[in-house]
Amino acid sequence: MHLSMPGVSRALLCAVLHNQSLTHSGGLVASHPTERQDHGLDPAQTAWQQRLEALLGEGCRAGADLVEVFLERTDHIGVLAEQDTITSVSPAFAMGAGIRVFSNQRDGFVSTNDLSDAGLLRALDQALGMLNLERHSAASLRSFDGLRPLRDFGLEKQGWLVQAPDLSSSTALLLQGTDLLQRHGQHLDVRRGSYSRDWQEVLVAASDGTFARDIRLHQSCGLSVLAADGEHRASIGRRYGSTDRPDDLKTWDVDASAAEVCASAATMLYADYVDGGQMPVVLANRFGGVIFHEACGHLLETTQLERGTSPFAGMVDQTIANPAVTAIDEGLSAGAFGSIAMDDEGMESQRTVLIENGVLKRFLSDRAGEMRTGHQRTGSGRRQNHGFAAASRMRNTYIAAGPHRPEELISSIDRGLYCKSMGGGSVGATGQFNFSVEEAYLIENGQLGQAVKGATLIGEAKEVMPRISMCADDLDLAAGYCGSVSGSIFVTVGQPHIKVDSITVGGR
Amino acid sequence: MSGTNSTAPQALNVSDLRDQLDGMAHREGIHKWDLGASRSSNATVQVDRGEAKQLKASQRSSITVRVWNDAGLVGITSTTDLSPSGLERALIGARDASQFGNANDIPGFSPLAMAPTPELNRPLQPALGIQKLLSTLKQAEKDLLGQHQAIETVPYNGLSEGSSERIYLNSDGAVRQVQRTQASLYLYARAEEMGRKPRSGGAIRVALGSEGLDVQGCVDEAAQRTLSHLNYQPIDTGRYLVCFTPEAFLDLLGAFSSLMNARAILDGVSLSDADSIGSRLAVPFLSLHDNGLHPGHVGAAPFDGEGTPTQRLRLIHNGQLESFLHSEATARHFGVKPTGHAGLGAKVSVGPDWFEVSTSEGTTSGTTHLHHSTSLDTFVLIESLNALHAGVKASQGSFSLPFDGWLVRDGEKLSVESATVAGDIRQVLSGIVHLEPDAKVTHQGVSPHVWVDGLAITGEA
Repeated sequence: MHLSMPGVSRALLCAVLHNQSLTHSGGLVASHPTERQDHGLDPAQTAWQQRLEALLGEGCRAGADLVEVFLERTDHIGVLAEQDTITSVSPAFAMGAGIRVFSNQRDGFVSTNDLSDAGLLRALDQALGMLNLERHSAASLRSFDGLRPLRDFGLEKQGWLVQAPDLSSSTALLLQGTDLLQRHGQHLDVRRGSYSRDWQEVLVAASDGTFARDIRLHQSCGLSVLAADGEHRASIGRRYGSTDRPDDLKTWDVDASAAEVCASAATMLYADYVDGGQMPVVLANRFGGVIFHEACGHLLETTQLERGTSPFAGMVDQTIANPAVTAIDEGLSAGAFGSIAMDDEGMESQRTVLIENGVLKRFLSDRAGEMRTGHQRTGSGRRQNHGFAAASRMRNTYIAAGPHRPEELISSIDRGLYCKSMGGGSVGATGQFNFSVEEAYLIENGQLGQAVKGATLIGEAKEVMPRISMCADDLDLAAGYCGSVSGSIFVTVGQPHIKVDSITVGGR
Repeated sequence: MSGTNSTAPQALNVSDLRDQLDGMAHREGIHKWDLGASRSSNATVQVDRGEAKQLKASQRSSITVRVWNDAGLVGITSTTDLSPSGLERALIGARDASQFGNANDIPGFSPLAMAPTPELNRPLQPALGIQKLLSTLKQAEKDLLGQHQAIETVPYNGLSEGSSERIYLNSDGAVRQVQRTQASLYLYARAEEMGRKPRSGGAIRVALGSEGLDVQGCVDEAAQRTLSHLNYQPIDTGRYLVCFTPEAFLDLLGAFSSLMNARAILDGVSLSDADSIGSRLAVPFLSLHDNGLHPGHVGAAPFDGEGTPTQRLRLIHNGQLESFLHSEATARHFGVKPTGHAGLGAKVSVGPDWFEVSTSEGTTSGTTHLHHSTSLDTFVLIESLNALHAGVKASQGSFSLPFDGWLVRDGEKLSVESATVAGDIRQVLSGIVHLEPDAKVTHQGVSPHVWVDGLAITGEA
């Protein structure tokens, strides 16, 4: 499991929404003009409800405990600008279904691009067959009472695909970004801007009556540079992400982003490599939250309980972290990259307190997790696309704000490291986690010192959580991508500035 | 119970696809196009303490269409919808995207797209079916758990088999098609002794089909690796003589393949430049080939995304950089032929296929007494590198990576509890002190154990 592609805070992005001065170039068009006439998966306009009920009925009659169908349509655009040229525009559209059958707590899952009746039946047969079930076999006692009325979370989102920026405006903005990098920076060998727009329509139907639809829109944009001066090199990037805000790109303060990237590159270009060792660290807010994501968040997913790889199994209501730590996972923050109106199993999203004042309160659970571990579902069943069965996954995950000012954390350390900007990380089967640090400063006698690079922080979840001894009052969030058992998904990490009393800092 | 064969979708109909594209392109006034398409069918099982945990299967298909517009600019669109309406939408989408094509770097058809392709001896293997996969994996898990009482679970495991097909067509008449089958097994065990931290280790096997998988070898290796980490302790921070296993060295080399990647060089994100050919990149006794045709390369294909034939390419000879990896566009820029390492895109990606690391013919390192299993020197044996996605800065040449491995002293191996290794790839390549004589064919390439002196290790001691 790993987190990648650092972003910056939603708060920052939201803040700049009001200061955006970019002129938008008029008409918004979808990448596919026929979209307006396409009813997609909308059961009110199509025969999907009847088709799904027939499919689910077949599965139940074959003896399945539960049958779930996840239908999906996607529309993606990726754009890359390098120096002063658009070098890549990559549209893609897709559709598919994932059919999952449960029997005696086991499950079979089949995904297919073939959405014809024959294709879906073939996939159902295959999923049933995995569990030694068969259609038209001996009569089953299982009944299917039909789908409940549709919960349509996508009703107000019908126009999002056409409201999102068209290629003219997104390419113009990226070129503006790379131009601003040139103006703000020095020694820049490479200037890049990138934008991606992921639109997804999902329809979930299950034999317990679940019937829900949603439309999601994720947009991400970023700037990056490679600075070089003789033997000195630094690569710096910042990425921003939002959910369900078609207009977000239009209000991106690209100038502020370019200035931030260039300032960081100027600092890190001549930074020395950090000396490795054990030391106290202060992790900045926003993407500093990668530490909780990797060190603890993944281990609070029921997927890990099922595998027997969580050191926190059986520890609900026990202290697993410093009392300074309260941690939350939720899918509700407006516009945050990990927010979801419903999860990929049709359950409405919610706010889940994972740790309260150091005490473990809750695990993140999906349908299979509830079935196999007894932990109630939390609206956390997520998947990259129809090719994956849903699994318990994080959404917007963060450590809550504490009482301290960030300066108090730094001044409490005689010799240590201030990690201002984090890269990706991962956690392994034994709870050992790691993440890289993109921009760091030595702390000497309570003051920030010289910039250093090349640090990788490693540790073990059970050991590091009690060492988070101070939390500041500046909680902020950042967008990222998390790769795990059900693929790569959009998430948010976050925290205020925090102090870790001791951790291994890998360096040279 | 049906196996994957009985439920597999039909093979791609190449002539039908070509006829459809030809007709649509003609109607739309598109004169130049190419297409890459793929289809796959896979079945995977996972188990948990004797029970099926999850059984999965998939049928997937996709196409990518490229179109050159009247101004010569290129656009692209990808889709999973292979219906006539899907194809048409992709074709039109590609033409629309071509308005934003890069006039400074226009890809063309590979001049080798109709050249003969190499014969690959990769006979298609039958699928065994998911119930057979399940019983095989259950037995493998049981055998692994039975190897030592400390091995409590095998939390990460999977056995899969599948078939796939890939084609390339272009409007000049190029037609490429390949079908293949593949199976893989991975077992990653977790072991714990009273009062000690949990430890883990694993192994992987790939083959053309499930019948060909070395299941017992995978079980034995996973057990041996897991148990070898039970006795662990922290390591002192410092500089060490390091021996990379073939798997670890191939991982490291792959993470820095931009050194030899013409696309990365043109993009300015490589440590090499256009004048680097002939320069010394590594010690004189190291040679490196990229060989997508190697018999051990189960996933080998006879052509790349642009239809260029796959070949064995010498990248480093006697320590000197001799060739770059190329697409059609980069090859044209450098005045050479495409090498068969391209993807398919508006901006065509370039990547390595299958590295072969070897000792240069007629050379020796001079430190031939070093051997990972017999040497009495004190050294760190790095079994695997972790978090390469986060800890490698390819454009800077630097890395700082957690690893699994052992401190070896007087022939005794003691697992390293938790540590990182850091350095610069150029210093690694020029600081190699020995390549062991026996190369190992792994699932990702071929390499011997590689010895490097003076790498920085940070531990918890």
